[in-house]
Amino acid sequence: MKKMDRNQMAARVARDIPEGAYVNLGIGLPTLVANHIPPGREVLLHSENGVLGIGPKPAPGKEDADLINAGKEPVTLLPGGSYFHHADSFAMIRGQHLDFCVLGAFQVSVSGDIANWHTGAPDAIPAVGGAMDLAMGARNVLVMMEHLTKSGESKLVERCTYPLTGARCVSRVYTDLAVIDIRPDGLHVVDMVEGLDLAELQRLTGVPLKRQ
Amino acid sequence: MINKIVPSLEAAVADIRDGSTILIGGFGTAGMPSELMDALIAQGAKGLTVVNNNAGNADAGLAALIAAKQVRKIICSFPRQSDSWHFDKAYRAGELELELVPQGTLAERIRAAGAGIGAFFTPTAYGTLLAEGKETRRINDRDYVLEHPIHADYALIKADRGDRWGNLTYRMTARNFGPIMASAAKCTIAQVRETVELGQIDPEAVVTPGIFVKRVVRTGAAA
Repeated sequence: MKKMDRNQMAARVARDIPEGAYVNLGIGLPTLVANHIPPGREVLLHSENGVLGIGPKPAPGKEDADLINAGKEPVTLLPGGSYFHHADSFAMIRGQHLDFCVLGAFQVSVSGDIANWHTGAPDAIPAVGGAMDLAMGARNVLVMMEHLTKSGESKLVERCTYPLTGARCVSRVYTDLAVIDIRPDGLHVVDMVEGLDLAELQRLTGVPLKRQ
Repeated sequence: MINKIVPSLEAAVADIRDGSTILIGGFGTAGMPSELMDALIAQGAKGLTVVNNNAGNADAGLAALIAAKQVRKIICSFPRQSDSWHFDKAYRAGELELELVPQGTLAERIRAAGAGIGAFFTPTAYGTLLAEGKETRRINDRDYVLEHPIHADYALIKADRGDRWGNLTYRMTARNFGPIMASAAKCTIAQVRETVELGQIDPEAVVTPGIFVKRVVRTGAAA
């Protein structure tokens, strides 16, 4: 079995984003999905700070401090793109106008709860940003995360132990081992990396899995 | 003749009192009214409640206001960042109160204040720590949390162009909170790169109509 690297995971997510979709990519790992949308497929990328139609990264020296994404990285705007204020930007999110958001996560539960904003540690300074709005507002909430923690525990869990970002909102999880749908009757494995079988994936995951 | 253009940054912030609530525009450094922040630091008002998406980046703008110990409370969505060291230090020292609000709820609470909304129900944060103790309601099979507007004494924002009636345009994603903050404060002060004559901003392109703005101050070189 060979785990997927970050770019392979991003490419796998990108395969599922269809032509014409309005998509918000979370900070960090999900941002990589943008690099794997096939040329010619028109997908409109949204960012919370007030931009729709994000283009490729600017060339070195062409960055503009006024044109950034939610991760505060310099971006470009495609012809046809637009700028808008924060309440409009979150009306797009909370008004269920986005087809997809892709979020990172600490944990996802079998019922589709997501925890990704706060470890709950007493000395941690919490920060939430737009995560709770995206979790509640996007029509399809996709999660991209490593299957296991550094110490080998499954990040797919019966019930999240970290504070929740949103309840019952995640529809599909992309890990470095598998793609798993979350449905009312449980977790369905859509596909797995080469060399991995359901028994081994089940052993690593801990919560019950079904083969689609 | 209406003339909202004030001659200096100092004059623009001169009447801000200790204990004021101030909406500060910007997302990170894009749209941060750093020159107005510097003027407010020189002016010295203390015990401020500030509202911004973040809690300061690096050493300028809001970060400098926090470092100057003029802030008592911050209402924001994303305080912790790699360069929020002034906030982190003051927060850990117990010198600053933090009210953490989901970003869309923050925007909508500001918009609601500007639009005269008494309160609103949103699904965001339902079932999470950030909704603890708040009124909830089930409407058409969905659960919502009751949220209240954020009114302010002042809004300090950064725009691109402004005229003497207070009409404003913005530049790219530096627009962010500017238009909604302008509507939510009793006194909105906009720093602009350039001041222009009435009519020079295409009325189809005015983003913030002047009714929401009390003072305009130019930070760029004279045209």
